[in-house]
Amino acid sequence: MALSGIQIYKLLPHTNCKECGFPTCLAFAMKLAAKQVELSACPYVSEESKKQLAESAAPPVRLISLKANGTEVKAGNEVVMFRHEKTFYNKPGLFVRVKASDADISRKVAEADAYTVNYVGMDFTIDGFAVEADGDASTSSAQSLGAAVKTVRSISKRPLILIGDPATLPAGLEACSGEAPMIYAADNSNWEAMAELAAKYKAALVVKGESLEELAELTQKIQAKGVEDMVLDLGGKNMGEWLSRSTQVRRLALKANFRALGYPVIAFPGNVGDPARESVYAAQAIAKYAGFVVLDTFAPELAYALLVLRENIYTDPQKPIQVLPGIYEINNPTADSPALVTTNFSITYFSVANEVEGSGQPAWLIVTDAEGMSVLTAWAAGKFDAERIAKAVKEFDLASKISKKRIVLPGHVAVLSGELEEELPDWEIRVGPREAVDLPAFMKQAL
Amino acid sequence: MPIEIPKDKWPGSVRKVTVGATAAEGGTRAKTVTVGGQTTMPYLQYEALTPNTPVVAIEIKSRKPEDWSPLLVETWGDAMSDPAQWAKKAEEAGADLIVLALTLEDSADDAVNAVKSVLSATGLPLIVWGPGQAEKDNDLLVPVAEATKGEKIMLGICEDKNYRTIVATAMANGHLVQARTPMDVNLAKQLNILITDMGLPADRIVMDPTTGALGYGIEYGYSVMERLRLAALQGDAMTQLPMMVTPGFEAWKAKESKVGEGVPEAWGDWAARGIHWETLTAVALVESGADLIVLRHPESVKRVKEAIAELMVTA
Repeated sequence: MALSGIQIYKLLPHTNCKECGFPTCLAFAMKLAAKQVELSACPYVSEESKKQLAESAAPPVRLISLKANGTEVKAGNEVVMFRHEKTFYNKPGLFVRVKASDADISRKVAEADAYTVNYVGMDFTIDGFAVEADGDASTSSAQSLGAAVKTVRSISKRPLILIGDPATLPAGLEACSGEAPMIYAADNSNWEAMAELAAKYKAALVVKGESLEELAELTQKIQAKGVEDMVLDLGGKNMGEWLSRSTQVRRLALKANFRALGYPVIAFPGNVGDPARESVYAAQAIAKYAGFVVLDTFAPELAYALLVLRENIYTDPQKPIQVLPGIYEINNPTADSPALVTTNFSITYFSVANEVEGSGQPAWLIVTDAEGMSVLTAWAAGKFDAERIAKAVKEFDLASKISKKRIVLPGHVAVLSGELEEELPDWEIRVGPREAVDLPAFMKQAL
Repeated sequence: MPIEIPKDKWPGSVRKVTVGATAAEGGTRAKTVTVGGQTTMPYLQYEALTPNTPVVAIEIKSRKPEDWSPLLVETWGDAMSDPAQWAKKAEEAGADLIVLALTLEDSADDAVNAVKSVLSATGLPLIVWGPGQAEKDNDLLVPVAEATKGEKIMLGICEDKNYRTIVATAMANGHLVQARTPMDVNLAKQLNILITDMGLPADRIVMDPTTGALGYGIEYGYSVMERLRLAALQGDAMTQLPMMVTPGFEAWKAKESKVGEGVPEAWGDWAARGIHWETLTAVALVESGADLIVLRHPESVKRVKEAIAELMVTA
């Protein structure tokens, strides 16, 4: 359990030296209990106290980091159940699984590894590969995992998850030695051997169990062997069971500080065996607390949808993605080009900018400061009104750039045109389409 | 090692709302649909069972829409020109309810005829939307409500600018309303207060907190729904209503679904992408507490219903 401020205070030196930046040891203890400062700020705390406090100071969900060749995927360190309470921090790593015996492995890895897609100015890629030793634990399949890892490494620099058993995994681990991969999976029958491998190769270890009780017992036994970096495979026969387990694990970690399950969760949507259902399982895993998601199906349209969902769910709710207010030039506008008004919510901005850019028609884009909200939301919240639009037109000195004093409003805020005519008396106010996708046709026909 | 699972004990619960009326109840529907009643966050069956299965409605229009994605036009084919045919196909595709959206071109008579033809073509409960302009909504929805008295239709879309007339006709004719507000907890509460103040019982309101599509602000809708549901469970009466969302409408106006040419290669196959866009938007909203999900493509309906069925399984 997490220690209270008073419990922590008892372990501090009681000197009130202020070197930690707080007036008293008690004040510092309160900040420690709230996880707002690090214990290292106290220069005089005893080794004995440090040890006792370490457990309470550790994050409730352990941070797991997979590394390879300078690339890294992190999961864990989450502190809330719902994104609006603060934010979700470490986006679940999206991995693609390939089988060692697959003759097509090079092509599959190359396609997924090269994949990159742009979303509102950000480039997204998948995070890594899971390489599975299929077949039995014979020498040949052990060698084949090693060979498969070499093949993957000749194409991709991304972090790896190696799937196999204590007999097959060493060849794979040797083939990527020096990296920080993850190995799958320790269960009741093999945990000692898997823990030894994890320790020897400094790999994170997935632990698999049929119940949370079984998982908790396993993680404690493995931890006693000196392995700290673990990830949980919750199993689950259907979406409902998986959701319940994932929620329980997160709650136990956050609300009860239950260390034995304070690890990120890995999901295998591909296990369902049907690409349509796999996509739905993956969406649930992204929304509901997975730290790693392993897909069996790689398809650009699915990867794009899942990467966007992940970005959306993990966006900091306090800070919508914004662009800087101002006048943006699209397709080299001239004094005769139209001026379109929109808000500075990045999704809104990029939707509009992409449409206009794609149409090939030049335009000035007036991006108003709507505090990062979309047109309708900003309008409802009073952040996108006639006054603000008029202010932007004047502040950015639009009149100096164009010959005809005319601006185009988004169709959703057609109601503002009357007020805007009062605010900008010598300007023509036009109402454009409601959706960005209809802008090219509107510009061609109506402007 | 025995583990004590932390369970939330909530003082509040979501109201149950029933759409549609059978002959015995004064309507003509073959069945009714009841949503709501939850006493936990979505699908946490280990805390308490989810009493009513969330449902999927398919959106059809009184006239063939000109601006729908070619993928949808291809799927529904000629049925799009006849609301009765379209409703039948929607029922075959697994819809639990039909949403009939009226258009600006409809006269009051057209609207009433379209609604009646859909009511006779299918036994499913019905939701009717006005065209989305306050005055025209009133012109069409009032005669529709009067012509279908007792059917317990849900009338939409009721917003702060047009709720009075729609709520009044819903009260007079035994219908329900869909109360829509733009992605904000307090605005949602406020509209519910205004509507119940007029005298419509709360169990005849379904909240529509609005959503964005995947990539177009879904995270706002997602979090507003989680916050509304948390408030309901904490006992805030004016948030204790089932929630409906329109991911079909939102996802199919996104460029990702609507457009097949001139888009980045990394967007992949258009037809598959359109369905992913709608399905993933819907599934995320199902996870955040949606009780009634309005979709457009039959394949998305199948996938979302499968997901809900899996979430309803109790171990």
